Amino acid sequence: EKASSDSNSGSEEEDSMSEGEMARLMEEVEEKKKLIATMRNKPWRMKRRDAQQFVDKFEGALGKGKGRKWFAYKVMMTKKWIKFQRDFDNFKTSCIPWERKIKEVESHFGSSVASYFIFLRWMYGMNLVLFGFTFGLVVIPEVLMGLPYGSIPRKTVPRPEQDTAQDYSVLMDFNGYCKYSVLFYGYYNDQRTIGLLKFRLPLSYLLVGIGNFGYSLMLVIRTMAKNADVGGGDGDESEFTFAWKMFTSWDYLIGNAETADNKYASITTSFKESIVDEQENQKDENIHLRRFLRVLANFMITCSLGGSGYLIYFVVKRSQEFANRDDLSWYEKNELEIIMSLLGLVCPPLFETIAELEDYHPRIALKWQLGRIFALFLGNLYTFLFALFDEVNSKLEEEQDIKNNSIWIMKEYYANFSRLTNDTEATPPPMNPADVIRGPCWETAVGIEFVKLTVSDIQVTYLTILIGDFARAMIVRFLNYCWCWDLEAGFPSYGEFDISGNVLGLVFNQGMIWMGAFYAPGLVGINVLRLLSSMYYQCWAVMATNVPHERVFKASKSNNFYMGLLLLVLFLSLLPVVYTIMSLPPSFDCGPFSGRLKMFDVIMETIDLDLPAFMGTLFSYAANPGLIIPAVLLMVLAIYYLNAVSEAYKNSNNELKKKMQLVRRDSKRAAVESSSLSAEKLLFINPGSSRHCSLFVFHPGSRRREEPEEQYRQHQPGDERLGGLTAEQILHPASSSSSTKGWSVKSDNNGSTYATLGEKVVERVYKFLKCLESGKNVQKRH
Amino acid sequence: MGNKQTIFTDEQLHGRYHELAPHLVPMDYTNEPDCKVPLSLIVNMPELKENPFRNRIVESFSEGGDGNLSFNEFVDMFSVLSEMAPRELKAIYAFKIYDFNVDNFLCKEDLEKTLNRLTKEELTPEEVELVCDKTIEEADLDGDNKLSFADFENMISRAPDFLSTFHIRI
Repeated sequence: EKASSDSNSGSEEEDSMSEGEMARLMEEVEEKKKLIATMRNKPWRMKRRDAQQFVDKFEGALGKGKGRKWFAYKVMMTKKWIKFQRDFDNFKTSCIPWERKIKEVESHFGSSVASYFIFLRWMYGMNLVLFGFTFGLVVIPEVLMGLPYGSIPRKTVPRPEQDTAQDYSVLMDFNGYCKYSVLFYGYYNDQRTIGLLKFRLPLSYLLVGIGNFGYSLMLVIRTMAKNADVGGGDGDESEFTFAWKMFTSWDYLIGNAETADNKYASITTSFKESIVDEQENQKDENIHLRRFLRVLANFMITCSLGGSGYLIYFVVKRSQEFANRDDLSWYEKNELEIIMSLLGLVCPPLFETIAELEDYHPRIALKWQLGRIFALFLGNLYTFLFALFDEVNSKLEEEQDIKNNSIWIMKEYYANFSRLTNDTEATPPPMNPADVIRGPCWETAVGIEFVKLTVSDIQVTYLTILIGDFARAMIVRFLNYCWCWDLEAGFPSYGEFDISGNVLGLVFNQGMIWMGAFYAPGLVGINVLRLLSSMYYQCWAVMATNVPHERVFKASKSNNFYMGLLLLVLFLSLLPVVYTIMSLPPSFDCGPFSGRLKMFDVIMETIDLDLPAFMGTLFSYAANPGLIIPAVLLMVLAIYYLNAVSEAYKNSNNELKKKMQLVRRDSKRAAVESSSLSAEKLLFINPGSSRHCSLFVFHPGSRRREEPEEQYRQHQPGDERLGGLTAEQILHPASSSSSTKGWSVKSDNNGSTYATLGEKVVERVYKFLKCLESGKNVQKRH
Repeated sequence: MGNKQTIFTDEQLHGRYHELAPHLVPMDYTNEPDCKVPLSLIVNMPELKENPFRNRIVESFSEGGDGNLSFNEFVDMFSVLSEMAPRELKAIYAFKIYDFNVDNFLCKEDLEKTLNRLTKEELTPEEVELVCDKTIEEADLDGDNKLSFADFENMISRAPDFLSTFHIRI
């Protein structure tokens, strides 16, 4: 069908386009209707159903027939639904906390520094969930439905301690009232069910403890898997990195001066990152020297790690000996902590200096640094756990004595009472809870150790930032006016943000939390507060007191390195907790498992008493080694199979990448060789303005039967862009055998020349113009 | 394809044009008066104020390259930069904008100027040189050490961000 040819302005063209489409649609509907009518005589029902569907679908669109209202309604609902989805997505994105802060840090300091803050935010989210579990399922029930403070011995401050229980120094040590509060393990009662709801607190305590680990494990692995996906298509391989950065990085929508400043900073940083990458690629390779240096550096670092490991072992042994003596100097009392802190202060800069021999890309150097400091901190962990287990064992021995003691004292008390009242029948009132002899409660002691460690860690971190960064920045800034050398350029200058130190601090802190959360439920809450304040404090510190690294580098696409460290620490912290749950006996008079032989006995109890009988037999079958070993074998086989599959995918990925590179190279070559560019599409610009240069373009391949003519207008004569050619000159080669219509030239009073031409001819003209624009010589055949 | 409607009405746009220079621009266009708003007034528009390329943008749409826009050119400028304009059209004008010496090629000096505007001259000269060399190396197809429009278009047609960043909303 051919609609009327209005070819003078674009808006009319649009109308005719859509009218043409409408017309086509209408025609098809009529056809189908006719088909339906005649179908009655045809035996093949299939077509009719299709045709009927077609009519139903589109009649409404045309605004006639019975489908009209329904169709309009459907369209409106679809639009509303899409809009709702988009708004909801926007809302979800705006809910992400601290996004603007992190973007600001990223634009000034680069993506590697920002990756630390993104990691911090992720940790905060995870801790928030753990906090929800712990508080919602353990602390709140005990507070709301359990016995109040002071009612039973474990919840009361013992008589001897009551005078000092409120002292600030005692509270800072987490003794006194702190020790006998919900923060620690010892407060919880071992009643099987509490309150109206028959809430099973001991079971909940154990399950929440295990569940914390399970949830963290699942979250870490899921994040690693998600990141691994992104790492597959490496964006660094794009062929136009610098060109795209130059021409498409500025956002033309920016109208705010502050946003513009941030954008300038981020563009500069991004260029610097790419420059670093490029310089690494361009470095001269003296392989042998570099390899030798790297081996040397690794050797030196291994030596120092080994040395510090032995030092730690030696000092721990000495501290054990010291524990038996009483006449200790201040140094000897604190020797362990001093040595550990010294090592923590001296070794990381030492490693960094040695690492300069290796001359790695900054991103890779960061990973090596992280790994080495991690190994160093493992030594820290070792001493801490060693000391802790010593304490636990001694408390366990103590407990035996006290248990016997308290039973004896209880008998004494009853004997005394009956003697005093001269009445052997009456039951004595229970002893005042504050007077009962209390066991040493090793779990609470362990919990206190962890809380003290966390709190001191927080204090040290914040003080380090305050002094090491803020005070340093103040000194450099203000003393610079009256100092002999330039403080800002030379020593000490402003600090750079220490990514590896901070990341490791975060990871180890989380390890402590995981270990300690079972013995001190309040620890998770403390950690949430700490992470929240850390975020604001460190963001401020970084923007106010730090300068960007000299060599700004892009963080690796996947944060998997940090996640890998976290996973390792998670396993390390899982082990002690599981060990204590499985093998150490719980204290006899404190905590939710008191009185039982082992902590996990509470699960056995629940299975026996609360669950239906068949579940008990089911679990006993499941615990049978005959079932467990085949299950383990099956899992191992599954891992092997999935590994093989992923290897195969990786291989095919690489093959495809190689193919793409070949294709790209070929297409580049083809583009260079062929001087005649194929006219795929031509644009239509602003035909409305009469004076403006309009480059006229349209689709030679389109079925635009309704516009057989298009108009080409050219500049005023003398326009350099076309080399001063007039339409007549272009007309010359235009006479072709296959043109439907030839040129017809007219000129108006202003001196512009107009030419109308048929479809096929325009194609050639376009090619011609392209050649002109690219500065090539005009080919004769055109 | 260039067959989508513009989203603002003629009156609104004319209002914006008029308020740039109320004493110059007549309210009545029936006689097709020949007035042009000077460059200095246009680059102070809030949409263009923070753009490092604002002068070049306005110059590319003006007829003599001097930056004084008539109303038609004003309309052209914002319609090319709107989100409805087709990609090829935007590429043509982006090329014009970044071509500082208006020689139809993006030569090294053009690239250096672009880079310095983008980074507010924070990069060292060696870094600037490295970036410009790499850019030409990446995009130049015909080996003449400068980017012609064909090179530019080939490169920009694959850029994922081009349409979203080369966009001004008025």
